[in-house]
Amino acid sequence: MLAQPPIISVSNLSKTYGSGFKALKGINLDIKRGEIFALLGPNGAGKTTLISIICGIANLSEGSVTVGGHDINKDYRAARSLIGLVPQELHTDSFETVWATVSFSRGLFGKPKNPAHIEKVLKDLSLWDKKDSKIITLSGGMKRRVMIAKALSHEPQILFLDEPTAGVDVELRKGMWDVVRGLQAAGVTIILTTHYIQEAEEMADRIGVINKGEIILVEDKAGLMQKLGKKHLKLYLQGKVDALPASLAAYNLELTDGGRAVIYDYDTKGERTGITSLLSDLRNAGIHISDLDTTQSSLEDIFVSLVRAP
Amino acid sequence: MNYRAIRAIYLFEMARTWRTLLQSIVSPVVSTSLYFVVFGAAIGSRITEVEGVSYGTFIVPGLVMLSVLTQSIANASFGIYFPKFVGTIYEILSAPVSYIEIVIGYVGAAATKSIILGVIIMATAALFVPLHIHHPWWMLTFLVLTAVTFSLFGFIIGIWADGFEKLQMIPMLVVTPLTFLGGSFYSVNMLPSGWRTVTLLNPVVYLISGFRWSFYEIADVGVGLSLGMTLGFLAICMVLVWWIFRTGYRLKN
Repeated sequence: MLAQPPIISVSNLSKTYGSGFKALKGINLDIKRGEIFALLGPNGAGKTTLISIICGIANLSEGSVTVGGHDINKDYRAARSLIGLVPQELHTDSFETVWATVSFSRGLFGKPKNPAHIEKVLKDLSLWDKKDSKIITLSGGMKRRVMIAKALSHEPQILFLDEPTAGVDVELRKGMWDVVRGLQAAGVTIILTTHYIQEAEEMADRIGVINKGEIILVEDKAGLMQKLGKKHLKLYLQGKVDALPASLAAYNLELTDGGRAVIYDYDTKGERTGITSLLSDLRNAGIHISDLDTTQSSLEDIFVSLVRAP
Repeated sequence: MNYRAIRAIYLFEMARTWRTLLQSIVSPVVSTSLYFVVFGAAIGSRITEVEGVSYGTFIVPGLVMLSVLTQSIANASFGIYFPKFVGTIYEILSAPVSYIEIVIGYVGAAATKSIILGVIIMATAALFVPLHIHHPWWMLTFLVLTAVTFSLFGFIIGIWADGFEKLQMIPMLVVTPLTFLGGSFYSVNMLPSGWRTVTLLNPVVYLISGFRWSFYEIADVGVGLSLGMTLGFLAICMVLVWWIFRTGYRLKN
């Protein structure tokens, strides 16, 4: 199968604000058609600026962006038609009804009326019974879904979700992810930013980490987990050990819990984890184990270690 | 052209008008009636005629212009300022629409509203005084041109304003005084010659004069000059709007 061209291609993108602040520094990023891409980064890293530029809300300073092969400046109509944007802040009208505001969005994107599609979107987002309610009467979570409905009203091929689950309760969040998975199944490319790293871990196909205006890593999620994924094996000992014998030095064990446990770090990608030999060497040294526990470093650990790295 | 987008913006704005019907339509009608009572009855009883037209009749075009100017600015400035204020502007900026389409949608709706208003005020005036329009097409031309021009001007104010205070500032401190001093309630020819010269620096004089000419064939300045000034102001506003969208001034970072 031939590799498809990326649906979004960002090259050497820089953004300097009027104040002189460089929000983005030479970003290069390709988004594959049909994937869920999670963009992670601390506050102020440039996530929203990047999304704003791709969607046409902010001007770029240098570089170029194409969406579906269309330059976002020269051919903005074609580029923007493909995109649905759900911004981070809850920006909604107040006095319009849900139905009116979602239909407005469809018209704004130049699509002919299609009440059946709007109905489907509202039903998928559990907003159907609120269709005639004024937006001002809705809760925060519902408003968030109205914004998603607006973005989906014009059948975009690409959906940007900027912190979509901020302030949304757990139940609703699950429903939202079901919608996102359904969209992906329908061929929509999804780019999301989130603070909930578990979500990126659960949802995304690929993960990009942005920090201080630079993309510091883009990786398949599985690859990332494997590449940086360390496992801890904690062995609880029968009785207390004051010092580990020299015969175990090669394992770099860490004695913890006041000599009642040892921690062994190993790499999950290594063919030989060394666990079997460690266990037998421990027994040979007369150290007996009462229990064990393994933990895998989460995406959060990886993320924190990446961002903190100098 | 993304006609559906123009239509969507236009209908969205018009829906806002119908929703605020009382404030949008009824209050200008009430204030116009008040002008009639105060200026027409109280002052009109002392000034019987201006250039061959009864005073009450004479002030009608000025009253219509006063409302059309202020309402065009108020509608259009609020129409674009509000999305900026609440943040919903993101959607307009991220939509596949050109700035011309955005302007046609917003300015078209604001102008439509003030034209409707102008017609209502004329109808209200007809209840008080006999009204005869000599050149209905010219009247309509001046009405539409003025509504469009000042809606554009309002649109610019709405983009420029970064607070509600600024939104009110230009209409309150510039437009209303200029309209009152622009011959709404008197003929410029009634002024001493020194003041007359000063008054001719006021662009609103030309708008009102041309509009009044279409009613009664009396004018402070030539009709051609009135039309020229109106078109000139329209052109200035268009250039400003073009510049705003080209640079993203106060719209895009």
